[in-house]
Amino acid sequence: MASIPLQHSNHQETWTQPTRGTVAMVGLIIAESSIFTIFVVAYVYYLGRDVQGPTPKEVLDVPIFYTVCLLSSSFFIWLAERAIGHGKMAAFRLWWSITILLGITFLYGTATEWHKLIVRDQLTISTNLFGTTYYSLVGLHASHVVIGVIMMLVTVALAFAGAVGPQHAYRVRTLALYWHFVDAVWVVVFTVVYVVGR
Amino acid sequence: MGGESIPIGRNFDGSLAGTRARPNFLQVLYRWIFTVDHKKLGILYISYGLLFLLVAGVEALMIRIQLFYPHNTFVSLFVYNRLFTMHGTTMVFFVGMPLIFGLANYLVPLMIGARDMAFPRLNAFSFWISALAGPLLYYSFVAGTGPAGTGSAPDVGWFAYAPLTERAFSPGHAMDYWTVSLLLSGVGSIGAAINILATVFCMRCKGMTLLRIPLLPWLYVTVSFLVLVAVSPLTACQIMLMIDRYLGGHFFDTRAGGSAMLWAHFFWIFGHPEVYVLVLPAFAVANEIIPVFSRKAIFGYPAMVAASISIGLISLGVWAHHMFTLGMTSFGNAFFTLSTMLVAIPTGIKIFNWLATMWGGKIRFEVPMLFSIAFLFQFLIAGLTGVMLSVSVWDWQLHNSYFVVAHFHYVLVGAIVFMIFAALYYWYPKMTGRMLDDRLGKWHFWLMVIGFHLTFDVMHFPGLLGMPRQIYNYEPDRGWTLMNQIISVGGFIQAIAVLIFVYNLVHSYFRGKKAGPDPWDAWTLEWLTSSPPPAYNFAIDPEVSSRRPLWDLKHPEDSDSAFE
Repeated sequence: MASIPLQHSNHQETWTQPTRGTVAMVGLIIAESSIFTIFVVAYVYYLGRDVQGPTPKEVLDVPIFYTVCLLSSSFFIWLAERAIGHGKMAAFRLWWSITILLGITFLYGTATEWHKLIVRDQLTISTNLFGTTYYSLVGLHASHVVIGVIMMLVTVALAFAGAVGPQHAYRVRTLALYWHFVDAVWVVVFTVVYVVGR
Repeated sequence: MGGESIPIGRNFDGSLAGTRARPNFLQVLYRWIFTVDHKKLGILYISYGLLFLLVAGVEALMIRIQLFYPHNTFVSLFVYNRLFTMHGTTMVFFVGMPLIFGLANYLVPLMIGARDMAFPRLNAFSFWISALAGPLLYYSFVAGTGPAGTGSAPDVGWFAYAPLTERAFSPGHAMDYWTVSLLLSGVGSIGAAINILATVFCMRCKGMTLLRIPLLPWLYVTVSFLVLVAVSPLTACQIMLMIDRYLGGHFFDTRAGGSAMLWAHFFWIFGHPEVYVLVLPAFAVANEIIPVFSRKAIFGYPAMVAASISIGLISLGVWAHHMFTLGMTSFGNAFFTLSTMLVAIPTGIKIFNWLATMWGGKIRFEVPMLFSIAFLFQFLIAGLTGVMLSVSVWDWQLHNSYFVVAHFHYVLVGAIVFMIFAALYYWYPKMTGRMLDDRLGKWHFWLMVIGFHLTFDVMHFPGLLGMPRQIYNYEPDRGWTLMNQIISVGGFIQAIAVLIFVYNLVHSYFRGKKAGPDPWDAWTLEWLTSSPPPAYNFAIDPEVSSRRPLWDLKHPEDSDSAFE
């Protein structure tokens, strides 16, 4: 049943290929970027086309503090990646936890913003085109943050249980790649929604 | 999975390690449902696609019966709308996609000398989520009914133009089933595409550098990239449509300022690359079959890789040629006309390379090669009518006519379905260990060719005479009657051909000639291992030093590696 062996003696050199986790995460990021592009285009296309309010200018405040939180988390997760690469597990747990806290702070910011918009400004997803596109674009991003936070929480729980070691540096880096992507998307969403669109 | 007992019944051991007993039904079922083996999943994908090919084929035949006479009353207007919607949706998402991913699943790891895909469990997930989508769509026949008998299966055309899909105009649940089903199918496709990319880039056997990968995996890299970039917008569209239908959003709600054009753009940003997602695997199969049956190495391998990648890239910038009649600026018209024509250049390179591969070769006219030769001619004609339609002024005349229907069926049937048949004749021996019956295969081929040309050659002419697509009825004085009857007869001849094929698949599984590991005297790695391959594919990981490792093995005195 076995196959005919096909071997060459002249292939003594090392054979290296990209790691599959990285390739797969890059693939996922391409697909996600494509989805976000569609939502961003819809947001920009419908800017200012509403026949009734509220408009972005009337109700949106720029969430500078929460933006700083999210963007700086990319720095802390990079520190965590470096720490696990050097085998410093205590440092890894510290930087990783800080990243999670920053992510949760950002989500708290989104939650309070939505609460204000819904309760005070009477803007829901069905109010007008702005409501539809705003909640779906920001909500799509926030749902990615939620998924990232959940995955990082699982990692940190395992790390405190002693189940994550330096041998998992590659998996941690793959997850961090996702988090960097989520942060990069926020730069686009922030620019479109709070800078250009306001 | 060895040695574990599994939770079906008591004392049931599905592993069968060390036993030679014939497995009972539950054990077989268990092995297929819980499998993460790329070969089993590939066969599952292919069976799923073939099953829905029969379903959507029956829908096509019902359409053809309805159009056989003017004022025919075989089905009502409402049923007719459902038929062409379900036919289109099924053929693209539940026939085309499963078949191309099935071939990729089965062949890519074998051809690059790997033991499985990069992510076997993601692979199983992608299959089963896609497998849920098809039955979900068809469940709308049962559960889609809305108020006053509306609904019951989607009836908005496969491109589902807004605002027809909004709750105000499609009040039943049919559209909900459509949108959830396409969302799930999209998730499955993205998972499969990621898996293929990771497999080709990270699982190659020793010595298989990027320019030694066989052309089929190379083309699947392009396909997977296109799936990531182009199927995701469809997924985004389904999310938007669901927000509209369930949460009262206004993305495509024209009464609240939403835009119908936006859906058309978003849909065709997906829809046009989707054509290349489906047709590039057909090219990929031709790239494998034509050299083997011409007894020559493929002509211009680097040009073929480059042409495939450029087709992939160009196809991302042509979508609005589906929308010339929806109204665009003259700049838009010119841009999309020219970008569409640009596709003809890399495609032409491919056709000439296939011809150059055959030129001077010792051609063996086996069934897979017959299908490939028919594919070459038919794809050329399909491409030429495509260039005609890319001219926006010509398109204004023929948009939404049967000329367009004939054009894209020439691509989808004449190129893709023909090459899927070729692929199954070529690799069936590898999958089952038995050859498909040659005589039945030739019957299948010739009936298919005759039926295809009767149907789709003739279909261009009612289009030129002004017959619009998607009409359930026509007047007898238009001069379309005879043509429609010929088209319908051709459709039934194709149906007979497909039934012969299905019979052949079943018959040869039990009675076919034993194939042996390498029945076609081919050169790529999948023919190195036994037929069907063992679960681990290769007992010893192969190493390659050229594009045709089995040629090197069979002709050590004249090995390809000396020339690379």
